[in-house]
Order: sequence, then C-alpha cells, then structure tokens
Amino acid sequence: MAGKDASVLTISPDGPLRGWITTFGALAGSGFRRYTTYRQATIAGTFTNVVFGYLRCYVLLAVAASALGGRPGGYDAEQLATYVWFGQGLLSVVLLWGWAELAERIRTGDVAADLLRPVSPLTAYLAADLGRAAHAMLTRFVVPVVVGALCFPLHLPQRWTTVPLFLVSVLLAVVVSFGCRYLVNATAYWLHDARGPILLWVLGAGVLGGLYFPLRLLPHELALTLWLATPMPSILQTPLDVAAERDGLALQAGLVALQAVWAVALLALAWFVQKRAERRLVVQGG
Amino acid sequence: MGEFRAYVALAGAQARSAFSYRVSFLIEMVVNVGATFFDVLSVLVLFRATDRIGGFALPEALLVTSLTSAGFSLADFVVGNVDRLKTYVRAGTLDAVLVRPLGVLPQLLLMDLPMRKVLRVIFGLTMLGVALGLNDIDWTPSRVVLITLAPLSCAVFMSAIFVISASLAFWWVESGEIGSAFTYGGRDFASYPITVYGPAFRGLFAYALGFAFVSYQPALALLGHADPLGLPAWAGFASPLVALGAATIAAIMWRVGIRQYRSTGS
Repeated sequence: MAGKDASVLTISPDGPLRGWITTFGALAGSGFRRYTTYRQATIAGTFTNVVFGYLRCYVLLAVAASALGGRPGGYDAEQLATYVWFGQGLLSVVLLWGWAELAERIRTGDVAADLLRPVSPLTAYLAADLGRAAHAMLTRFVVPVVVGALCFPLHLPQRWTTVPLFLVSVLLAVVVSFGCRYLVNATAYWLHDARGPILLWVLGAGVLGGLYFPLRLLPHELALTLWLATPMPSILQTPLDVAAERDGLALQAGLVALQAVWAVALLALAWFVQKRAERRLVVQGG
Repeated sequence: MGEFRAYVALAGAQARSAFSYRVSFLIEMVVNVGATFFDVLSVLVLFRATDRIGGFALPEALLVTSLTSAGFSLADFVVGNVDRLKTYVRAGTLDAVLVRPLGVLPQLLLMDLPMRKVLRVIFGLTMLGVALGLNDIDWTPSRVVLITLAPLSCAVFMSAIFVISASLAFWWVESGEIGSAFTYGGRDFASYPITVYGPAFRGLFAYALGFAFVSYQPALALLGHADPLGLPAWAGFASPLVALGAATIAAIMWRVGIRQYRSTGS
C-alpha cells in the first residue's frame, strides 16, 4: 500500500529528499489550484493592470519622443513599451502588494496551526507562493503582454539567451519578493499588527522596484546604490531590464546573479526571523 | 439637530480609536503624504530625461499634476473610504448600517474617518501653491474664480468616481480592483497633460469619462494657452459643470444600488 495513497504525504517511503520534493510540489500545486478558483478577481485585476499599462506606456513614450536622442535612461521607444507591459504583467506575478496572510494569521493566532505541521511555515508559504506565481504567469502576465503587443510595437529579443534568462529572473524575483513580504509580515510576531510595516512596504516597493518609472532614469550612482543596497530593484526592474535587453549579456547575467544573492540572503534572514519568533511567540486568542 | 449630533459622535469615536494606536496612525500619515510626494517625484524624474512632455514644460506639467493631487487628496479624504463597500456587502455588515435611522453614505464615510489623510490634503494644496508660483500667470478676476473652483470641482468629480466605482459592488461583489482603474487610474491619467495619450484612449478617459476637465482644461485656462487638442478657451471653466454632472450620475447609481441591495443574510 505504501505510496499508493496520494493524499497522505507526510512520510515518504522513498527517502527524505523525495518526500520533501513531493510535499513541496503538493503545496505549490494547491497554491496554483487555489488561485484558479478566484476567476472574477483575476479578470478584475487584469483589467486594471491593462488600464495602468496604457497610462504608463503613453507617458513614457511621450518622454522618449521629446528626449534628446530619443533614448531616456538608455531605452528606445520599443524597449520602454516592453518595460511597461511586461511590468504590468509581472506586477501580479511577483505580488508586490496585497499579501497580509501571514500577518493576519499571527494576529488571530491561527499561525499556531501552521507551526504544528511537519513542514516549516517558511517552506509551506514559499511553495504556495510559487504555485500562485505560476498561475499568475499563465493568466495575469499573459494578458497585459498580449494587449501591449497588439497596441504598441514591443522589443523582440535579439539574443536567444534572453528568454531563459528572463524566466530565471522572474523565478528569482518571485522568491525575493516573497522573502521581503514574509519579513514584513513577520513583524507581526513582535508588533501584533503589521499594518504599518506593510504600508511602508507598499509605498517603498513600487517606487524603488521600478514600477512608476525605470530606475535608470535616476542619477547613475543613486540607481546603483539602490540595486546593491536594497532588494527592491531585484523584484521588478531586473526582470524587466532583462526582457527589454537594456544591457549586454554580461550585465544581464550579473543582475540576475545579484537577484540570486538577494533571494538566498532574504530566505536565510526569513528563516532566522522565523526561528527567533517561534522562541518568543505567545499565541493569541488562547 | 439630533442627527447631526449622531454623526459627530460617530466621527469622534473614530478619531479616538485612530489616535489610540499612535504609531500606526503616524506611519499611515507618513505613508499617505509619501504617496503624493512620489507622484510629484515621478514627474520630476521624467523631466530629467526631457524638457517637454506632450508639449508641456515642467512648471506647466506640475500645475496639471498638482491640481489633480490637490483635488484627489481632498476627495480621497472625504469619500475615499467608500471603496470598502464591497467588503461590507460581502460580509453583510452593510445591514447594520441600513437599519440605523441615518443616511447610509455618511455613515459609511464616518465608519473609518481617515484622519491619516489630512496631512496629504495639506501637502497637495501646498504643491498647488508652489506650481502656481512657478508659472507666470496673468491674474484676471475670472482666473481667480477658476483657481478657487478648479480644485473643488476636481474633488467633487473624483468623489463621484469613487462613489460610482464603489457602487459596482451592489451588482458585482467581486468587482475587486476594477474600481481602482478609474479612481487611481483616473488620477494618474489626469496627472499628465492629456496630449501624451493616444487618440482612442484619450477619447475614452478624457472626454467620454470627463477626466480632461479635472485638471488639464483648467490648467490651460489658467496659463492662457490655447488647447493643442482644439477645445475652446472656455472649456476650462466648464469643470464645475462636468463635476456636477458626474455627481448627479453618482447619486443616481448609489440610490439605485442601495434599492436593489439584497443582504448576504448570514
């Protein structure tokens, strides 16, 4: 009977690694399925992303039309359009905003149930978030990019390496964004109410992530500092610069490597914070 | 009179509860001002790359942006909370509001009085003052009237958009973010001279929905520039009428929505 019952995934007869992978996959799959049930919210959110896509695209194209040399921040018009429309799609893949699930569970005390499970909360939430991101990639990413491609000339990749690099960059961006969101939510272990930190995150992530304007429009030193000192550019700016082929292959790969460093660092920090929190946590609600 | 006192009591209770979480309140206030600050900063950053956007120089574009910011922050302060309607409809908490002998809309607005948004209104109006100072405006009596009416009309218009977007929840509970496309999207649209947009998109947002009259036409009238898109000079003075029209539509939609509201019953 061993291994026949797919709904029981706690102990695998095939060794710890296989078991871990099966569990992770099952959690990611459930994250994917969960979001397939939010059909109306997906449609509503995508519509809004598309409207903002038009707004930002027209504004940036107007800047390009009158800029000296027609290349503001080193992007031509097609690269800017790609930047905007891929950005509107990626916005919901990396889920820059609107994740307060962990903070809410800490506040209500439901997090106790998460801690009783044989999988650590960090792993479980990461798996579910990757599943969610995969669903967003197939729905909320595709629509703005198609609309953008139909209405504006977009930049077509000139190097085949850009495509796999972009996919890796998106995956890393999701992990970096998840790490940041997890840390922001985890402040609720100490503060009980993470609304303040979440609001600060929402404010900072949009501007410093490159959503409102490409960070390359800032003075060079400032952009560089943001990239190295904060994880925010690794969430949107890097995958978008890769997609638009703003830089040569070497710099592209370097930026993705920087994303990987941030992803590892943030997950390690989140793991550490989670351990500290578990040691001091007093579950709310009795 | 008793009704008025009831509203004051509601507002007072909200203010007390907001002030009792001092750190949260301070952070929310800072974030609110920060959001408007970044809107202005975005315009400044874009102007680093070019000296004209859509044919407008920086001071002129700032006038358009700050007119929108001032009006929007005022509208968001007064009626912005109405976008929580979909939560109330879904949870059934709207029932509690409906059985009280007070107006539904004022109650909803006072259920979460956004004291944290006050500072942003002040910031928005200050920005407008700065933008007016940067431009060389020939102050005729009609322009003095316009500069007092324009931010108010903008606020009324944006309030109407907030109410209309929120009313969607009466018919479509899961309308979710669609409202943001017109409230925040409308604000972003009106933050730039509308000459930057493509004809079809501009036709829809600027003229069919009326966002041209939020800040673009009044700004042209204040500056004394002819509209490159061909509307006559008096179009800037039409913004109070457009705002009034939007408010009427919002009032009708709200009433129809409330009438056909069916409780979720739990």
